[in-house]
Amino acid sequence: MPIIFVPSLMQKLCNGEQKLLIEGTNLRQVIDNLDLQYTGFKDRLVEDGKIKPNISVAVDGEITPLGMIQKVDTNSEIHFLPAISGG
Amino acid sequence: MTTKTHVQTTINGEPVDFLCEPRQSLLECLRDVVGLTGTKEGCNDGNCGACTVKLDGRIVTSCLVLGVEAQGADIETIEGVAEGTNLHPLQLAFLENAALQCGICTPGFIVSAKSLLDQNPNPTEHEIRFWLANNLCRCTGYDKIVRAVQDAAKKMQEAS
Amino acid sequence: MTSSDSTDYKVLGTRPIRHDGADKVTGRAIYGPDFDTAGLLHGKILRSPHAHARIISIDTSEAEALDGVMAVVTGADWPNNSNGTSMVEDGTGTEIESNSNWLRENLLAGDKVLYAGHAIAGVAAASPHVAEEALALIEVKYEVLEPVLTIQEAMAKNAPILHEGLTTQELGEDSGVVSNTADHFQHTKGNIEKGFEAADVVVEREYNTVMVHQGYIEPHNGTALWNTDGRLHVWCSTQGSFVVRDSLSDLLDIPVSQIRVTPTEIGGGFGGKIPIYVEPVAALLSKKTGSPVKIVMSRKEVFEGSGPTAGSNIKIKLGAKSDGTITAAHAWMAMEAGGYPGSPVGAAAQCVFAAYDIENALVDGYDVVVNKPKTAPYRAPGAPNAAFGMEQAMNELAEMLQMDPIDLRLKNVATEGTRRVDGPTFRRIGAKEVLETMRDHPHYQAAKTEGHGRGIAIGFWFNIGFDSACNIAVNSDGSINLTEGSTDIGGSRTSIAMHAAEVLGIPVEDVRPSVVDTDTIGFTAVTGGSRTTFATGWAAYEAAQDVKKQSIERAASIWDVDSDTLNMEDGVIKSKTDSELKMTFKELASQMSDTGGGITGRASVNPKGVGGSFAGNMVDVSVDDETGKVTIERFTCVQDVGKAIHPSYVEGQMQGGSAQGIGWALNEEYFMNDQGNMANSSLLDYRMPTSLDLPMIDTAIVEVANPGHPFGVRGVGEANIVPPTPAIANAVSDATGNIMTQLPLTPGAVLDSGK
Ligand code: FES
Ligand code: FES
Repeated sequence: MPIIFVPSLMQKLCNGEQKLLIEGTNLRQVIDNLDLQYTGFKDRLVEDGKIKPNISVAVDGEITPLGMIQKVDTNSEIHFLPAISGG
Repeated sequence: MTTKTHVQTTINGEPVDFLCEPRQSLLECLRDVVGLTGTKEGCNDGNCGACTVKLDGRIVTSCLVLGVEAQGADIETIEGVAEGTNLHPLQLAFLENAALQCGICTPGFIVSAKSLLDQNPNPTEHEIRFWLANNLCRCTGYDKIVRAVQDAAKKMQEAS
Repeated sequence: MTSSDSTDYKVLGTRPIRHDGADKVTGRAIYGPDFDTAGLLHGKILRSPHAHARIISIDTSEAEALDGVMAVVTGADWPNNSNGTSMVEDGTGTEIESNSNWLRENLLAGDKVLYAGHAIAGVAAASPHVAEEALALIEVKYEVLEPVLTIQEAMAKNAPILHEGLTTQELGEDSGVVSNTADHFQHTKGNIEKGFEAADVVVEREYNTVMVHQGYIEPHNGTALWNTDGRLHVWCSTQGSFVVRDSLSDLLDIPVSQIRVTPTEIGGGFGGKIPIYVEPVAALLSKKTGSPVKIVMSRKEVFEGSGPTAGSNIKIKLGAKSDGTITAAHAWMAMEAGGYPGSPVGAAAQCVFAAYDIENALVDGYDVVVNKPKTAPYRAPGAPNAAFGMEQAMNELAEMLQMDPIDLRLKNVATEGTRRVDGPTFRRIGAKEVLETMRDHPHYQAAKTEGHGRGIAIGFWFNIGFDSACNIAVNSDGSINLTEGSTDIGGSRTSIAMHAAEVLGIPVEDVRPSVVDTDTIGFTAVTGGSRTTFATGWAAYEAAQDVKKQSIERAASIWDVDSDTLNMEDGVIKSKTDSELKMTFKELASQMSDTGGGITGRASVNPKGVGGSFAGNMVDVSVDDETGKVTIERFTCVQDVGKAIHPSYVEGQMQGGSAQGIGWALNEEYFMNDQGNMANSSLLDYRMPTSLDLPMIDTAIVEVANPGHPFGVRGVGEANIVPPTPAIANAVSDATGNIMTQLPLTPGAVLDSGK
């Protein structure tokens, strides 16, 4: 199962867990399943069906531009980070 | 509208007349009136050197000269540095040494450096740095500019 | 030079003359302010003298009545059907939320001005002088408010509030508390309490830096023509023509199909020309007058009304075992966003510990609004501020442990597989190779001159992919025309053309690269985030592969053989089985029209496989005991660039970033009075390094190929500005024996540090 690294500021949503194994083959499924298990995550991460603009998602070490349709596989690592502004 | 003054000059060897307002700088006249936009504006107060031209044999920051002051003057701008389709050795050296990145400072540097080599064909690194200290470049850190001037000096001496 | 890649390239790694070179050394190249067109009007912008004030009223009637004035616009001229937020692609290629009301208010104020220099009204007139006269006739009534000028003031209880509607966000959660802190986030790894308990030594210190400017020599500029057919055409110097187009669409509420942005040559940017400033004002003025309107900022406006980078307040605490292993690290960082949210603290937090493999770490980041210009990206935004603290703390640690500072870094260095404090793990990176190159470099090996101080530091910056497009058309003489959309700030046309030349096996002089407008090429993200050579180069690589494939197919049809039996190498198409069958790419090109028509290749990419870059500095300084003046005696920049496509321009990036870092370290600062007015808004008083202030800047290119890129390229443009400030501070400390906790290291500050 893909593994989610829960940012410290979101850990209160899942009883302090730092990592969660969540079923899914793309980001949308993973976030839906995460929210089924711990309500509130979807609210924090998603707006109008998209990842919130001030959050970026890294899958296997790389920020994905694909958002919810990004594919993940059984040993993918998923990180939620503040979107970097600047460059 | 302000009354305009008729100014007669020689620019890059050609007689050029233009009309300008008393408040217009030579830089504005060159760029906006005569249409020679190779001379650049970076600050309009004499501190960046992007507007450097040669005026009666001396290099000046043209933003600090009034257009009307140029009456009767002999002006050389970046557009007059190459001879026809032959680049000046400094221009070639800037290209070969990658002495420009964005290139906005380049016309000013080339006009300044040319006047240095005209009077000191074999300057030391310190003399080059001292001479070019009124020309700001934010892209290169000056290393490749100084090397380009050294390179051009060497080639010009070899050629002469 | 270390190289993990022995591939034999024909074009990559050579130093051809840039394609736009002749135009740029003869003054022919057209930069934004050089643009002219029939009937051109000139615009000027009125700016606030107050750092914080409410606007009571604006009376433009006298200005409008002045002879030669064609139109005046204010914030009231924005279309008022904004949806509030929009997506704007920013410098790192991340789509960030940009509150379009904030964006509009920053470009033409609403009911409040939030910094001295905040734009209030625009005037279009027959000449720039008349427009300027008109500005003086606009009457603005203000209710002046108390300015908030530092992070400490802004975060204090009962601080005056800049935005009544601003509440602190915490990674998607709204705290509901009205505040000048727009954002707070946190990265954790392991357990820092335990980590500090395990430490034998601990260093802890607070560091402050002030606002500095990118300092590009060409001011912001833009010309807009709102045509009678409703189409808006804009010519401007920008790092991203598509960003300008999309921002204009959003601000002016017209579809992107109605906007064409033609990028002119650009006189420097360093991140500062990613946001737009004058273009929409020129557009509004053009709409009112029906004429093209050009606006060029003055230098004072560039300082006061564009986007510098943030000042910062950073606390670093490190714990280590006596053998040098770092057991815990804590960074608390707050950065100035300027008048509207959006400082580079996010990137600073991701970079602060990036060079090291640290088991237990915590980073807290705060984005804080203050009454200063809204910050914009500046070369590796946030990372130099972070490194200024972290890399000095590392040297202090080395001193306590009596270790060589490079050895201490090597002991803890991040490598492939290291989990970063912000979560993801590194792929192949070159931090170790950079440090080893430094250690073995003649500069480090040479004995210090008596009385000089020596300092070192390293730094990290990301690299992004994002959209780039490229088209290639083959000419009948075997040359190719290559069109792309990345504005060329430092020779990127040529480095991109080199990718195509390498693939096709043709000389780079046979490639004609052009940077074209937004109607002519597919979406291309900004020239920024160290992405241009990486991503647009990649697009050129793919487009050239497309041409190569079609060329082989064409030859196969001419020879009536299966295309699988052919290949193309060094510009020659030949059969793998029949040595008689061969033809050069040039020959094929001459037969194109008789054998099926022209060949064009195309590619749009959004590449993964980005490779971040590490840079390191070694610097020797002398410090005048009496005056405190610091002189840079020797400076070396080492950087892992993956693969140097055009080594001269790679060195140029390294030297340029170093020089900016030296200016930042020694002289540059926004010097504000207590009312928030900038006291040094000229190039005389905002002291950037001149040729006389610098020595030659030695470079050492390290090439640890990025496995994610076909040629191993990493982003090169930014990492080099990260280490200079701490390296110089470390050198000054070495010379004086005093820790430098504050930038810039002006003579006065250096003298005071001993007290
Ligand atoms: S424009 Fe004349 S010196 Fe800067
Ligand atoms: S090359 Fe850009 S300012 Fe000198």
